[in-house]
Amino acid sequence: MSDEYGNNKSYQAQSSEVMDGSTGSVNPDIDYVRPSEVGEQELYHPHSFIEKWVFCQDAKVIGVQYFLTAVFTGVVGLILSWLMRLQLGFPELAGFMTAEHYYQFVTMHGMIMVVYFLTALFLGGFGNYLIPLMVGARDMVFPYVNMLSFWMFFVAVAVLMASFFVPGGPTGAGWTLYPPQTILEGTPGAGMGILLMLISLSLFVIGFTMGGLNYMITILQARTRGMTLMRMPLTVWGIFTATVLAMLAFPALLVSAIMMTLDKVLQTSFFMPTILKAGEVLEYGGGSPILFQHLFWFFGHPEVYIVALPAFGIVSDLISVHARKNIFGYRMMVWAIVGIGALSFFVWAHHMYVSGMNPWFGFFFATTTLIIAVPTAMKVYNWILTLWRGNIRINVVMLWCLGFIVTFVNGGITGIFLGNVSVDVPLSDTYFVIAHFHMVMGIAPLMVIMGAVYHWFPLVAGKMLDEGLGKWHFWITFLGAYSIYFPMHYLGFIGVPRRYFEMYDSPYMTSAVGMNEFISIAAFIVGAAQFILIFNIIKTLKTGKKAEQNPWKANSLEWYTSTVPPEHGNFGDRLPVVHRWPYDFSVPGAKEDYIPQTTAPSEVIHTEVEKT
Amino acid sequence: MSEPKIDGFELKPGFKGMASDTASDQTMFKGVHWGKAMMWIFLLSDTFVFSCFLISYMKGRGSTPVEWPNPSEVFALEAFGVPVPLLLIALMTFVLITSSGTMAIAVKYGYEKNRKMCGWLLLATALGGLTFVGMQAYEWSKLIHEGVRPWENPFGAAQFGSFFFMITGFHGFHVSIGVIFLFIYTYKVFAGHYEKGKKGWFTKLKGDYVEIEILGLYWHFVDLVWVFIFAFFYLW
Repeated sequence: MSDEYGNNKSYQAQSSEVMDGSTGSVNPDIDYVRPSEVGEQELYHPHSFIEKWVFCQDAKVIGVQYFLTAVFTGVVGLILSWLMRLQLGFPELAGFMTAEHYYQFVTMHGMIMVVYFLTALFLGGFGNYLIPLMVGARDMVFPYVNMLSFWMFFVAVAVLMASFFVPGGPTGAGWTLYPPQTILEGTPGAGMGILLMLISLSLFVIGFTMGGLNYMITILQARTRGMTLMRMPLTVWGIFTATVLAMLAFPALLVSAIMMTLDKVLQTSFFMPTILKAGEVLEYGGGSPILFQHLFWFFGHPEVYIVALPAFGIVSDLISVHARKNIFGYRMMVWAIVGIGALSFFVWAHHMYVSGMNPWFGFFFATTTLIIAVPTAMKVYNWILTLWRGNIRINVVMLWCLGFIVTFVNGGITGIFLGNVSVDVPLSDTYFVIAHFHMVMGIAPLMVIMGAVYHWFPLVAGKMLDEGLGKWHFWITFLGAYSIYFPMHYLGFIGVPRRYFEMYDSPYMTSAVGMNEFISIAAFIVGAAQFILIFNIIKTLKTGKKAEQNPWKANSLEWYTSTVPPEHGNFGDRLPVVHRWPYDFSVPGAKEDYIPQTTAPSEVIHTEVEKT
Repeated sequence: MSEPKIDGFELKPGFKGMASDTASDQTMFKGVHWGKAMMWIFLLSDTFVFSCFLISYMKGRGSTPVEWPNPSEVFALEAFGVPVPLLLIALMTFVLITSSGTMAIAVKYGYEKNRKMCGWLLLATALGGLTFVGMQAYEWSKLIHEGVRPWENPFGAAQFGSFFFMITGFHGFHVSIGVIFLFIYTYKVFAGHYEKGKKGWFTKLKGDYVEIEILGLYWHFVDLVWVFIFAFFYLW
């Protein structure tokens, strides 16, 4: 929002500026956008079915490929969670399950959902599909490497899934993979399982790096004319910042995976202290298990924001479009995203309060952790203020957004509990922690994903998803998710420990058993409700009503492509030229309640548009 | 390289220039090829990889209870019957830094469209890198003959061997990748692919001499990392 147009808050052109008198035609000066710096991108168009749909270089197809692969792993993760809940709620029905199985399911559920589902879905799926469209590029800057990125991810998923079928099964060390027990005999999957997990993670990091470079450079170096950074939709800001985090955080995961692989395969002792086993000294000695925790959480905490920041960005756009109101405090939102991203590198050890590190460390990390609440709270206020007096359309997309705000605030507040060392120590490793992070980085981002699917499906497939089914999907998921995670806070307070296969004869056995049954039933229902979406998608593809171009009357560039769904190259012969931010909704004086980003200033001279 | 000129945009120097570039449309790094920006970002990420390795090494060296071997004894080389500390490492470092120099001149000749000189210098760089990898293989085999293994070490802490083989191996892997690409680009330059506008084998995109500079960035980075490994592993 520069000061080019004087000091008035809103811009109202003088007729003398705009008209050139004699002909009555519009003076082109206020519409001036300087010529292109970068020239046309060279595109390689596919020549065969395989090049078009399999080894495809089009970011949109790659995005859909990422999406489908991530959803497949997500369904696997969902089934694993069902099995876990079956054991916890109804152990008499889960006779086929041993404690080893349970630990393996816990581990794989966690790793799949965090890395292979949410990260891949937000950055690989939405990132690939939306970035070029939203910044007005024809494709990612390096489409070939982008294609390799997906196939590397695909191989990583294949390796991960293969670990279910190797002798000993997948690793059961917990998704944090803490040494030394991770690679020692006695832990489920300490043979092939952990090895495949580490290989798969390394492949994922390599594949992600290829994609992440593309997302960053496309945003930084390949925007269309007029698209300044501060005119980008917040979706792009969220995905961009998350990608930066990933590029700087995944190295720590890669290094810890390599070191642990060597500990496993070559009997090095990077993470392995001297260990006595049944009176016998193992060959390991002199390593530092805490070092792994530091490396892992230097990756692990930014990872939370790698999932959360794209969700923040996307939900801002969805709320703005469906409340027909500009996003409140756009600049504040951008800086909050960037600030949260930067801070997320200084909080990792709040996952390690009980690891035995120096208490002053805990003090430092508690402080930084609580500081993150400030920009986060600003974002929540801004979402609510965007809704305030908006022309809210209570459709399925908006429902998911509202659901996100509620669950996110809920999970965020329990985060303040856990960020304080003295409160965290007794709550550590209880169900309170499970409730917290599922609420804040499981359910909340998932709500955004669902909203985004209903919002952008007309763009991807050209058909409108069924609203009625969508509402069923939302209400069952929303109420069900609360039925699952709300009681878990209570379980945590009474001290029920997480990752326990069963409670044996502990006092929890009697006090928590009814609640565990209730949670399990809710989990079965919520999980099943997700298949409503899959059914909805299949039904819509077969018989759904055709979507008009731009069905939500949004402003951002992805709705102004030459065809719907967009073809390779996105924008036909001419790239769009951008004159404003994507949030000019309900502008006083405008004919419609939205002004697309491509509308020239001379077309809206009598309206009170924001200066962007 | 001459200063880039952007139509309708004033390029200002210094911090103000950075601010105005950032606030402008289309590109953040004005006049910079996307591939070059991409390589810089990749190198930033790779810096984090090597930092994690080196910090882990410091932590591992600090926490092992067994004494750390003296690098000037372990890495000594017999020359004329006298053990000279770090002789081989000094030679390796010299070769690698020299190859950085030839790389830089190759970039210059590339931008001047001097195909022959660019090609020869790329070849010299590749051979320098190959020599480095060869000397590293010699050093590895020497240490292995003396009984150093990733899991044990006759001179002291076992972690010495673990970190040595892991970090120099990871760096050597980077050098090897660089050497492969240097040979490929030597061929491309000598064959005149850029002049003919020949499309890449895989990417199907037309190339440009800027690719030589991008490769150069990678090569200088690999050298720079070696300087840090040298300082932390051999001099400490």
